[in-house]
Amino acid sequence: MARTTAARSARGPAGIASGPVPAPAGGRSNRSGPPPVVVLICVLIAAFALLPLGYVAVMTVGAGWETISTLVFRPRVAELLMNTVALVVITVPLCVVLGVGGAWLVERTSLRGHKAWSLLLAAPLAIPAFVNSYAWVSAIPSLSGIFGGVLISTLSYFPLVYIPVAATLSRMDPALEQSGSSLGLGSWRVFARVVLPQLRLAIAGGALLVALHLLAEYGAFAMIRFDTFTTAIYEQYQSTFNGAAANMLASVLVVFCLLLLLAESRTRGNARYARIGSGAQASPARLTLGLHAIPAQLALAALTALAFGVPLYHVGRWLIAGGATIWARPELVSSLLQTLGYGLAGALVTTALAFPLAYLAVRHPGWLSKTLEAVNYISSSMPGIVVALAFVTITVHGLPAIYQTSTVLVAAYVLLFMPRSLVNLRAGLAQAPRELDEAARALGKAPFTAFLRVTLRLSAPAAAGGAALVFLGIVNELTATLLLSPNGTATLATEFWKLSSEIDYAGAAPYALLMILLSAPMTYLLFSQSKKAAGQ
Amino acid sequence: MKLPFKLASKSATGIAALTVAVLALSACGAGGSTGSGSGSAGDADGITVYNAQHESLTKSWADAFTKETGIKVTLRSGDDSELAAQLVQEGKNSPADVFLTENSPAMTQVENAGLFADIDKDTVAQVPEQFRPSTNKWTGIAARSTVFAYNKTKLSTDQLPKSIMDLAAPAWKDRWAASPSGADFQAIVSAMLELKGEDATLSWLKSMKENAKAYKGNSTAMKAVNAGEVDGAIIYHYYYFGDQAKTGENSNNVALEYFKNQDPGAFISISGGGVLASSKHQAQAQQFLKFVTGKAGQTILQTGGSFEYPVASDVPANDKLTPLADLEAPKIDPAKLNSQKVSELMTSAGLL
Repeated sequence: MARTTAARSARGPAGIASGPVPAPAGGRSNRSGPPPVVVLICVLIAAFALLPLGYVAVMTVGAGWETISTLVFRPRVAELLMNTVALVVITVPLCVVLGVGGAWLVERTSLRGHKAWSLLLAAPLAIPAFVNSYAWVSAIPSLSGIFGGVLISTLSYFPLVYIPVAATLSRMDPALEQSGSSLGLGSWRVFARVVLPQLRLAIAGGALLVALHLLAEYGAFAMIRFDTFTTAIYEQYQSTFNGAAANMLASVLVVFCLLLLLAESRTRGNARYARIGSGAQASPARLTLGLHAIPAQLALAALTALAFGVPLYHVGRWLIAGGATIWARPELVSSLLQTLGYGLAGALVTTALAFPLAYLAVRHPGWLSKTLEAVNYISSSMPGIVVALAFVTITVHGLPAIYQTSTVLVAAYVLLFMPRSLVNLRAGLAQAPRELDEAARALGKAPFTAFLRVTLRLSAPAAAGGAALVFLGIVNELTATLLLSPNGTATLATEFWKLSSEIDYAGAAPYALLMILLSAPMTYLLFSQSKKAAGQ
Repeated sequence: MKLPFKLASKSATGIAALTVAVLALSACGAGGSTGSGSGSAGDADGITVYNAQHESLTKSWADAFTKETGIKVTLRSGDDSELAAQLVQEGKNSPADVFLTENSPAMTQVENAGLFADIDKDTVAQVPEQFRPSTNKWTGIAARSTVFAYNKTKLSTDQLPKSIMDLAAPAWKDRWAASPSGADFQAIVSAMLELKGEDATLSWLKSMKENAKAYKGNSTAMKAVNAGEVDGAIIYHYYYFGDQAKTGENSNNVALEYFKNQDPGAFISISGGGVLASSKHQAQAQQFLKFVTGKAGQTILQTGGSFEYPVASDVPANDKLTPLADLEAPKIDPAKLNSQKVSELMTSAGLL
């Protein structure tokens, strides 16, 4: 019994939530200390993950107060701060409203075609934000500033809230809501006082992800002339490589990220929302929409048209305008192959390295595993530009042997996308009880064979899910790839960026299409995984 | 109770072994799939070019060079100052053999760090004196002229600014554009700094922060002019000709104004090329530079889609361009252009 609850509690909204999921309780798993080799590997990974943070700290301290005060306390930084804060403060609530509203309509009302809508609302995740920006700039060439930034990022990122909220809503025990209505609450007040509090974790997790994406995004904002810290750091990089001004902006950005993480962990609270007790949970009732069905359908249609229709339409339009010649660039095939190569390599290495961390967290929970995990979450929240800046500087001065090699780029990918793999693997390992492993050994299998044939096999689907998400991240990664890739490397993202910067929008269209096509199955996987985690 | 621990630690060893195996495998995978460009440079046969020029132009040079000599060329593309600073930090360990820029300040930066080898005599002989520094540590490979690109429907010729300095006037608020983060614009500012001094330049930059709309890239700025988002933009000449040669979609409403009259805004920027002293392929690298400044390389400038000015081997400019000699550019020693000071001034004006 203890085991099933433990397993269930570790099955959070898998994949998308990056916040730590409570580790399974139960004395039996703690019966021996964690294996030293695993601990050593985990500590090494954590130390590696701390490199960017350490770099920023060392650079900031090393710069001295005078440099800090001239480079940080200046009008330009205030301007960037205003832009970045306004972007986060406006976009995050918008994403929450759209995500929660959409999830509620799809999961809790008699909306016609709710199955199709539930997939369509997740679909914009398959469109990289900078492709979305490219489409909107094609539609409205003068789009710029905070309005453009909010428009594009809301449309690109609201599914990050929608997916976990929809998963939670569909799993929620309706008994509490029924109690609420039987005590005289109207349906709005049931939603506000019973449902919404239970969604807190999903909303906070989704909102944090949106905010971190906003801080890290470069391409989408650069294309519409909206300056944030990340775009300004990149510009400084173009003017001075890793000059002091870039480092100072990076340290402000890092402080910003840490504040967000802190805020999110504050809102999480300690309340328990899990259903306990015997009996099966009823499936939630659906509210009859009646006349409201028409505006609801229209609203969802409008949202989908803006978030999914506009990018597809404009990519298609440029593809037609460009004709056959845009497919003739020799770089197209090579950049596709390189993207696949880096995506696969990054996904494999990340999953392999996430294994010991997840193993430690599930089989030997304790302060050590929690600390190591927290380190990975924090460091992975650092924007790609900061990670890249750190890696460039460290390798150019300290590690010339691997400087500008694919190793460094893959290492950056590992660092940036580790949580995607970790969250999934932990859930998968939690479902592979160690007793099965032991039983296999008792039946005469060698330990390693037993591990391969039992634990590894049982956690393989989860590992594959995590790897797919890492792959998705790598396909759409731009800033770290631009800074760190070996000489002569071009990926779909960097080629798309280069062509669209030269306003060769037609030439860029095939790259946009390929990125969407590569992302689509991963997005579907993410979507169906969240449904499965919710028990459907 | 001892047994499970032992087993657990063995399975952990298994995980570790697996991790290592996967790491090794994927490293091979990554290496294989990135083709000739992967791995640390210098191990491939061929040369690595740090390229801040337009990639399409350098690609045409590289392809023609490879065809002629069989020497492979790998490009790393970036911005002038980014790559210059990168070269300075890489020092002797740099994988680069050749450095090509769009503007000369970045060349000076690398030269001052003592990283360039002397240019081959044959190359020197091909390039007229005014297009290379007296030190012969690098050479001009092409040239471009500053222009004021304006929207024909919004401005008539008598409403045009007479000098780039006029754009600081309040009358120009929100009416002009530039790409301040780009090395092109920063080179123009470095010419202004050299001609007008630090105070005048800083105050001009501060007015620019008020008056100008910042775009990322000269093409985007020209597109904005064409669409009427702004009246005009400070860019280089060839963006207009390049777009006209394609569809004209982003330049059909645009006309060019050359400031002439030795104005800072009539600045002609020299694109440079140099060979790194640390290069392990000196001969091939020098050969590449000789090719670029030779008849074949310069003819690519004349006939290709770049519309930049040839500077060497007596190759004339494309017929569509106003000849360099008629542009009344200010005389500036490229060695005196100070890119570092410019980026400091622009940072303090809030443009960067």
